[in-house]
Amino acid sequence: MSRFLGPVATMVWKDIVLEFRSRELIVSVVVFGLLLVVVFSFALDPTPAQATELAPGILWVAFAFAATLAMNRSFVREQEAGALEGLLASPVSRDAIFLAKAAASFIFMLLIEAVLLPAYAVMLGFSAFSWTLGATILLATLGFALVGTLFSALAAQTRSREIMLPVLFFPIVLPVILAAVQASTRAIGGETFIGLGRWLPLLGVFDLLFLVICPWLFTFIVEE
Amino acid sequence: MPEPGNGHAVSISRLEKSYRDWPVLWDLNLALPWGATLALFGANGVGKTTLLRILSTSVRADAGTVQIAGRDLKRQTAAVRQRIGVLGHRSFLYDDLTARENLVYYARLYGIANRDERIRVVLRRVGLEHRADHRVRALSNGMQRRASIARAILHQPPVLLLDEPEAGLDRDSRQMLGDLLTEWNQEGRSVIFTTHDIDLGLSWSQQVAILRTGNLVFPSGNVGEIQRELSNLLPGRNTP
Repeated sequence: MSRFLGPVATMVWKDIVLEFRSRELIVSVVVFGLLLVVVFSFALDPTPAQATELAPGILWVAFAFAATLAMNRSFVREQEAGALEGLLASPVSRDAIFLAKAAASFIFMLLIEAVLLPAYAVMLGFSAFSWTLGATILLATLGFALVGTLFSALAAQTRSREIMLPVLFFPIVLPVILAAVQASTRAIGGETFIGLGRWLPLLGVFDLLFLVICPWLFTFIVEE
Repeated sequence: MPEPGNGHAVSISRLEKSYRDWPVLWDLNLALPWGATLALFGANGVGKTTLLRILSTSVRADAGTVQIAGRDLKRQTAAVRQRIGVLGHRSFLYDDLTARENLVYYARLYGIANRDERIRVVLRRVGLEHRADHRVRALSNGMQRRASIARAILHQPPVLLLDEPEAGLDRDSRQMLGDLLTEWNQEGRSVIFTTHDIDLGLSWSQQVAILRTGNLVFPSGNVGEIQRELSNLLPGRNTP
């Protein structure tokens, strides 16, 4: 097990160190997310009642676009100086590489969301401190990270990766976004876990499905 | 750890590779013994890098069998990867990590015991210990190349695959690399490298091959005769 988890931890450590040295991903995505909420807030100028209805949609539009921006960088770093080739020539399994990249993206997205969520809560007038909302964000972000990592690896091998990633990513991740919006609407409305209905388990099922399929497909993508 | 009990260090039989309708390698055979270095010559675009990329498991062959250190490339890929050191055209290093951090990273991926000591040894071996804690982006091209060499030899692979290893190296660094390859052979390990430099290729190797029309040609005779044959077979190169 440590022969699998050891390299995963090493690759995640490397991605975190690289991000905190360059700060190119988190800072740009957070700025983008904050701009988005300011624009939405002024453009819609919602009443408190409207804000609660609109907040989940706005929140997940922001998170989904932030995820796309974050994912665009995921494999670009590996492509620079051919580091991915060095990684693929090492004895580390493709599953471990995939899970490490997905785990690093998951951590970065959670950090971004941890900054954006309170700002959105203040601007749109809802409570950010809710277990149900937290669980929804965790499960949906995991889905984003898994699917995004797969397509980031694919898009990084194309010339127009910035365009390719959203084109590939959004159709597949759409069920996650829909389930996340539904669960968030209920969570922001003060529902308990039971009150979220089928949406939270549905997110869990999507995650499990992606957890099985994505590492398997990743092997085909990176092999030649 | 060389494995002389396992026949040849590298053995290739009837290897074929095409890119769509463009055949690059066909019916290619090679048997490289332990403790030997093979210099691989060939004009641009004949498939030298493709051959090295197949051996380094980055590209899949269409047909044929390859064994490295007694392990089958198709069926025992992870074992092969543990036993090869690869130096490509690019550094395989992360610009925002220091040379030492890059080596720590790869050492962990390869599961190297006594990591810190091994990293100290390879940094000293490539003459980079005084710049080890500088970020790779702050190093000159030659220093980055030396850091790449350190990465390739870090896990003491029995087989080294080097693609134009002399590129970007100054005279002292070339000398260092030549000495390193000699030591590598003396320890019973094997090396395959590509180059366009006939003199350097001949001085670093015991075997010479030319990749031509998808297959390997092995010039024979003394050094002068091999040089003449290489010059005849490789377009645009004159006999010294």
